[in-house]
Amino acid sequence: MEIKIKVENLTFYYGNFKALDNISIDIEDRKITALIGPSGCGKSTFIRTLNRMNDLIAGTKVEGTILLDGKDIMKNEIDAVELRKRVGLVFQKPNPFPKSIYENVVYGPKRHGIKNKAQLDEIVEKSLQGAALWDEVKDKLHGSALALSGGQQQRLCIARCLAMQPEVLLMDEPTSALDPIATMKIEELFETLKKNYAIVIVTHSMQQAGRISDNTGFFLNGELVEFGQTDILFTKPRDKRTEDYITGRFG
Amino acid sequence: MKNEQKRKDRGRIGEFTIETILRFFAGISILTTIAIVWTLFSETIIFFKEVSITEFFTGTKWTPTLEPRHFGILPLFVGTMMIAIGASIIALPFGLGSAIYLSEYAPKRVRKIIKPLLEILAGIPSIVYGFFALTFITPILQKFLPQTQVFNAASASIAVGIMIIPMVASLSEDAMMAIPDSIRQGAYALGSTKFEVATKVIVPAALSGIGSAFVLAVSRAIGETMIVAIAAGQSPVLTFNPLKSIQTMTGFMVNISLGDIQHGTIEYKTVFAVGAMLFVITFVMNIIAKMIVNRYREEY
Repeated sequence: MEIKIKVENLTFYYGNFKALDNISIDIEDRKITALIGPSGCGKSTFIRTLNRMNDLIAGTKVEGTILLDGKDIMKNEIDAVELRKRVGLVFQKPNPFPKSIYENVVYGPKRHGIKNKAQLDEIVEKSLQGAALWDEVKDKLHGSALALSGGQQQRLCIARCLAMQPEVLLMDEPTSALDPIATMKIEELFETLKKNYAIVIVTHSMQQAGRISDNTGFFLNGELVEFGQTDILFTKPRDKRTEDYITGRFG
Repeated sequence: MKNEQKRKDRGRIGEFTIETILRFFAGISILTTIAIVWTLFSETIIFFKEVSITEFFTGTKWTPTLEPRHFGILPLFVGTMMIAIGASIIALPFGLGSAIYLSEYAPKRVRKIIKPLLEILAGIPSIVYGFFALTFITPILQKFLPQTQVFNAASASIAVGIMIIPMVASLSEDAMMAIPDSIRQGAYALGSTKFEVATKVIVPAALSGIGSAFVLAVSRAIGETMIVAIAAGQSPVLTFNPLKSIQTMTGFMVNISLGDIQHGTIEYKTVFAVGAMLFVITFVMNIIAKMIVNRYREEY
């Protein structure tokens, strides 16, 4: 077991509101970690601290440490811009840029200094294949990304992320805006992606967490109530609140 | 039952009346436009019965009120273009820069103060800008470039440029603010700096809006009258030197209208010919702009 991200005593405030309370969690490399919990429990806030997306919101405050490969990412010498190259984030709603499919994928690599056309072409093909989208779009790479279906757009956003060759993939409810078939395709994709990446996925669906994840964390009111191996958490939860939630008594 | 029928009837009559009145209002504005275009072009046609089209478009002398009379519009056209280009050089970078600052950088509180301030600039009467050019910009120019004439194209075009900055800024900012925040977040999540988000994602995404803002502003610059009448001079001489006195198409029209020109004379008709030219230029510009905008839209 290799730990990619180690979070210790993380507390997060929006203004005076404490959104995360003393979270400690280990994210394993090449595993899928699912975070479940009712709306507003802090799971989205949590994954956004992992690539410092919350820095963009005014009036927030973070305490505690987040170690990526043993290095503290909260220290200012680790630039948030650099960090986000290593820790990619896919959003709940597909948000491709209003550019061509090709331009969407090369956006990240271009920002980080790759200019060689042949190299970019290769990145596009590899990333789109990695996101299981290549066969569907290879003939219209220069067509608008907005012309794709929702599921295709989401896989394009995943490809856009892969193109930066990140080490960690954060997924904030990546399938909640998609239909079951598109969801299935993306879940299958996670199985292949986890061979190379540490994946953290926030999901509303306990079934999804059960199907795809290795470890699961249950959040409630900003607290990490329980965290452990998925099969154990779902069959023998230690905490009463976890049991109530997974058996559908609330949430 | 009967009452209900009555109410329905009344409602229908009311709807019909309202529709008719609204249609009348819409019709009036269209009719007015047609009438203006008609007047402009019918007088212009008469003008071209007396002056050859070749002379009008290729002649380099414009002396419609003095013997020997020449009717080459090039001096006025070049004058107008100098003002428009000069104004664009000022307004595009400043306007776009302020728009990027307001939409991508400024905290909400700052935007709330600056945007109305910027729009106040747009509310200043253009005659004020004219005197501002003549009494403030020109002396500064003369300090650095002593050969600058009292009336000159540069000073007027700077003033026109300043005048249209708020238009470029405000409309471009609207276009950029209309880009959903999820797109910005996506760009940040891919490790973009603030500047990259603004220039590589938001500006390209808002390009059609920014383009149309810019074209509208340049049209405004071409049609601007008061500033050039005051500060640019009244010398319809073909020159490309912005430090010299020039005359624009609008400047000429104002000048002629102020004098005691007899109805029906050739001088009188030149106003319409120049006006028609002005109309055609702005019209063509708007069409080109629309075409550019549509092409960008298709791509997205």
